[in-house]
Amino acid sequence: MYQYDNYDQAMLEQRVAQYRDQTRRFLAGELTEDQFRPLRLMNGLYIQIHAPMYRVAVPYGLLSSKQVRKIADVSRRYDKGYVHFTTRTNFQMNWPKLEDVPDIMAELATVQMHSIQTSGNDIRNTTTDELAGVCANEIEDPRPWCEIIRQWSTFHPEFAYLPRKFKIAVTGIADDRAATQVHDIGLHLVKNHQGEVGFEVLVGGGLGRTPVIGQQIRPFLEKKDLLSYLEAILRVYNRLGRRDNKFKARIKITVREHGINHIRELVEAEWVQIRKQLELDDKEIQRVKQYFTEPDYDATAADEQSFTEMQAHDPAFARWVKQNVVDHKVPGYKIAYISLKAPTSPPGDVTAEQLDVIADLADEFSMGEIRASHTQNLLLSDVKQGDLYALWLRLEAEGLATPNINTLTDIICCPGLDFCGLANATSIPLAKAINERFDDLDYLYDLGDIKIKMSGCMNGCAHQSVGHIGILGVDKKGEEWYQFTLGGSSEADASLGERLGRAIPKEDVVDTVATLLETYKELRLEDEPFLATVRRIGVDPFKERVYADN
Amino acid sequence: MQIIKDREIVEDNWLHLDDEAELASGNITVSLARWHEQHEMLTQHEGGLGIRLTGDDPLEEIVPDLAYFSLVVLYFPAFVDGRCYSFSRLLRDRYDFKGEIRAQGDVLYDQLFFMSQCGINSFELANPNRLTQAIKAFDDFSESYQATVLRPEPLYRRR
Repeated sequence: MYQYDNYDQAMLEQRVAQYRDQTRRFLAGELTEDQFRPLRLMNGLYIQIHAPMYRVAVPYGLLSSKQVRKIADVSRRYDKGYVHFTTRTNFQMNWPKLEDVPDIMAELATVQMHSIQTSGNDIRNTTTDELAGVCANEIEDPRPWCEIIRQWSTFHPEFAYLPRKFKIAVTGIADDRAATQVHDIGLHLVKNHQGEVGFEVLVGGGLGRTPVIGQQIRPFLEKKDLLSYLEAILRVYNRLGRRDNKFKARIKITVREHGINHIRELVEAEWVQIRKQLELDDKEIQRVKQYFTEPDYDATAADEQSFTEMQAHDPAFARWVKQNVVDHKVPGYKIAYISLKAPTSPPGDVTAEQLDVIADLADEFSMGEIRASHTQNLLLSDVKQGDLYALWLRLEAEGLATPNINTLTDIICCPGLDFCGLANATSIPLAKAINERFDDLDYLYDLGDIKIKMSGCMNGCAHQSVGHIGILGVDKKGEEWYQFTLGGSSEADASLGERLGRAIPKEDVVDTVATLLETYKELRLEDEPFLATVRRIGVDPFKERVYADN
Repeated sequence: MQIIKDREIVEDNWLHLDDEAELASGNITVSLARWHEQHEMLTQHEGGLGIRLTGDDPLEEIVPDLAYFSLVVLYFPAFVDGRCYSFSRLLRDRYDFKGEIRAQGDVLYDQLFFMSQCGINSFELANPNRLTQAIKAFDDFSESYQATVLRPEPLYRRR
């Protein structure tokens, strides 16, 4: 993975010093709350219901074991000994003290971690495919490009005060695991007719109150032009984006109001002017790429077949392999998901003790690296198949081997009313209730790939509008109600879910999920996944069942 | 009034004329509207001439006239309104404006570094009592990853 040089480290330490001084001035009354707010936000600090919430970046989801141990360490020393992973592969601490944040930052900086631009109206952490570099059929590893974008977007002086937040996601394969079509900019590595690799550029996707699928602004961009094109889009947006209404300030609205063709004209006109100045040279591309070269894989790894025997011998292990392990591009290696969706803890949460174990396991079994996924799980990306059983035993002992990846209980969920100042309704307790109700693994496996995404308010942090089943908390005269949508997807076949009908009271939510599942089981064709069934028959049959009783 | 110009505290020698105010001698700035209205008269002005722009103004419209101005004032109605960062970049990088570019309005210590990297070189701070302290902000960072007005070569060409 990328290693900071003196330039990177110096800028990071200067940022810590800058924020330490800003915090001091705020506490001394030299900065008003209004003046301090945007400054703390661009350093990842929110003020929530119970305490501040501090969000730390995990650039494109990649962590070293050393970093994971440091996360465990700061969560013990400055928080309650656990952290929460988000859909944009960041993690959050829910109970830090405002005055401690500069010290937490300084600790994180010792392992090249930061909270720069994890909130605020600026360019956020760039995300990518959790299987980047290890999945078969990839056009190119997107991670070097993410790092190049990370550097370009960090402290960009022109784009620190955008109309609204700005998120970029990159993917190097047709299977879209990074929800690129619902990002402000989505970049797809593609091959053109001449066989050259470049980027297809999408713009104006987004979730929240007004979910929109991004539109293509350029079918093919040469790699050397990546930064100039991004800069052109950002400059057009910075000038044109609405600043009179924060709910209309995202680039998706700018694109909608001006039309993609007009935006394209403006961007291309801007781009030709700066293209030469910002061209990426081969030396820099190679400099970054050298940090993402393939590790020395063991050519004999595929010879070890004991894990097949162990699956026959131990059905629990077999279930975990089937559900939580996916193929690696190198024979004999596997990718193991560490489920953060155990029935006993909120989705995406992991304790300091678990993090320490995960760091040890990464060192022992997976080249010392850990990845965070868009679905709020972690993964070890380079495990020899012969090591899987030993790995599973250790994960199982820590409650990290729930075999539910991509099942109904692998719920994407925001913190909701329990923690968040914006929320209208709870989400974590409902995720728990769903997890408890559907705890029969055979039933879950029979249902197959079903993605539930649940947000506690229309800001939609859990991306409910692209959930196969989306659940959105709304406030009705002080009571928590839930709006269901069906048929959304954030993958290559991205679509927005369709409303099921009127909102449902909290006490009926789990039953409603059950009714939806039963309806699906009755109406599905052989082996037809949930999403395909919804797309084939529409929401009406589901609606009839759910609202039949009242 | 004191301002910061080129990292030094100096006495301001410009008068910002309201649209209704009578024309004065010496260094004056006018709004875009007044510039359009009194174009003829203003081009005869003997002192220094400056133009005041806001993020709402069509920047490109003023470009053919830039040679008349030795000062462009960019107005920040709120420090979170970042449009004029792009204005300043364009004035320097694209339209080759060599005169003074000044930030006015909600101009605070914590934005000075980014503003200066975008080519703004003078500052009317919202709080003029802390100018000495504010000068330190220009050194918040010793480097920038990006191509900026002060460092036209991006870091990736200098590493």
